[in-house]
Amino acid sequence: MARFDPYENNGGTCVAVAGADYCVVAADTRLSVGYSILSRDHSKIAQLADKCVLASSGFQGDIKALQKALAAKELIYEHNNNKKMSCPAMAQLLSNTLYYKRFFPYYTFNVLAGLDTQGKGCVFTYDAVGSYERTGYSAQGTGSALMMPVLDNQLKSLVLSYCQLRTFNTKLLLVQDAVTPLSESDAVDLVKDVFASATERDIYTGDRLEIVVINSSGTHRECIELRKD
Amino acid sequence: MDGFSKSIGGGGPNVPAGSHPAGGSQAAAGGGATQRTQYPYVTGTSVIALKYKDGVIMACDTGASYGSTLRYKSVERIKAVGKHSIIGASGEYSDFQEILRYLDELTLSDHMWDDGNSLGPKEIHSYLTRVMYNRRNKFDPLWNSLVIGGVKKGPKGDEKYLGMVNMIGTHFEENHVATGFGNHLAIPILRAEWHEDMTFEEAVKLVEKCLLVLLYRDRSSINKFQIAKITTEGSTIYPPYSLKTYWGFTHFENPAQGAVGSW
Repeated sequence: MARFDPYENNGGTCVAVAGADYCVVAADTRLSVGYSILSRDHSKIAQLADKCVLASSGFQGDIKALQKALAAKELIYEHNNNKKMSCPAMAQLLSNTLYYKRFFPYYTFNVLAGLDTQGKGCVFTYDAVGSYERTGYSAQGTGSALMMPVLDNQLKSLVLSYCQLRTFNTKLLLVQDAVTPLSESDAVDLVKDVFASATERDIYTGDRLEIVVINSSGTHRECIELRKD
Repeated sequence: MDGFSKSIGGGGPNVPAGSHPAGGSQAAAGGGATQRTQYPYVTGTSVIALKYKDGVIMACDTGASYGSTLRYKSVERIKAVGKHSIIGASGEYSDFQEILRYLDELTLSDHMWDDGNSLGPKEIHSYLTRVMYNRRNKFDPLWNSLVIGGVKKGPKGDEKYLGMVNMIGTHFEENHVATGFGNHLAIPILRAEWHEDMTFEEAVKLVEKCLLVLLYRDRSSINKFQIAKITTEGSTIYPPYSLKTYWGFTHFENPAQGAVGSW
């Protein structure tokens, strides 16, 4: 019997990489349902504040509702506090918003990224019900399992991996260490490579890649083609 | 969701007229007084639409099925909304009528503002997305896939708009859309043959090609179609007509030719 299912997975992958004074956020633009492609040109990225960008994958109805709700809350914050929301503040707000629907969740896998109050790149990664942490880089969505190992290989600092080999003391994991020393263009190239790889094997990832780079001079958008099969 | 899962999962009214075995449990599952939509009953099949030079063209057949019975053969599944848009629906027909009532209220209050502004297709699409999503949140969906198309003057001149929203609130904007079986049969044709700024005649030809494939291959479609268009001059819903079909294949003429045996 066809029972009503309030969820569907519209697929796609989101990635963000934090640098010393920039942040790269990227997501593919494919919208799928089942084995069909609904659109090859659908953005998953929302600019919530001038230094804060949210990339979400999962169920598109919930994604749009969540992004809209956050944008509205950000506007109210601006009116009340006479300034735009900082990225860490938005990070907490997103977590709270997700947990508020703990028993009928937003089926969204989010990566919030931008510049923190000191102007350094920051990336926050979430699960569907709001647990989050600040990291140097993250991937969420259908292709995340294909991308994270590659990102770990390229971005996790040598200091970090050495400490992990020598001791089991996880307190040595300094999250800020994972902020990459790579230059902005190298980080963008890495993101492009990682998406090209995931597109090969994940049926839900492909078509076009939207890359947003946030740095002190503002936000810069770029699109490149991915495999369409 | 509306066409495909039904046919595979064996959902929908398996026993059309008369007794409905799950009737009693439905009321109980609904929780007493409030009932929620569990299945669609009278359904329309695919709607297809595409942007062309002057605006948007939309087409669908005029049938509404009750499970596997073709109950209604002259149903209009495309309607005009305001001055700038047309809406087409597949899925539960009574939910479409409800949506038209909501849109009536919306366009009426928009008109009563009397401020020289009127709702365009983008606004209608946004409104319907919110309606569909909110009903889904209450576990009482409007069991439809809606296609909204229109043209309205914007900052960059006349802006054509074509979007779709389904029963759980998934929505997007594209140059060509199709619901239900159209997603599987018509979209590949549209992706191959659609291009910017098609003339009306080219667009109709392409739409008819898709409708013909749907007629041959979609069990619930009928050979009676309506085409509608929306341009800056307004909307036009053309009277229904039929397409020429060809059944003269040798295999149809003598189906048992290749089969050995008594049946």
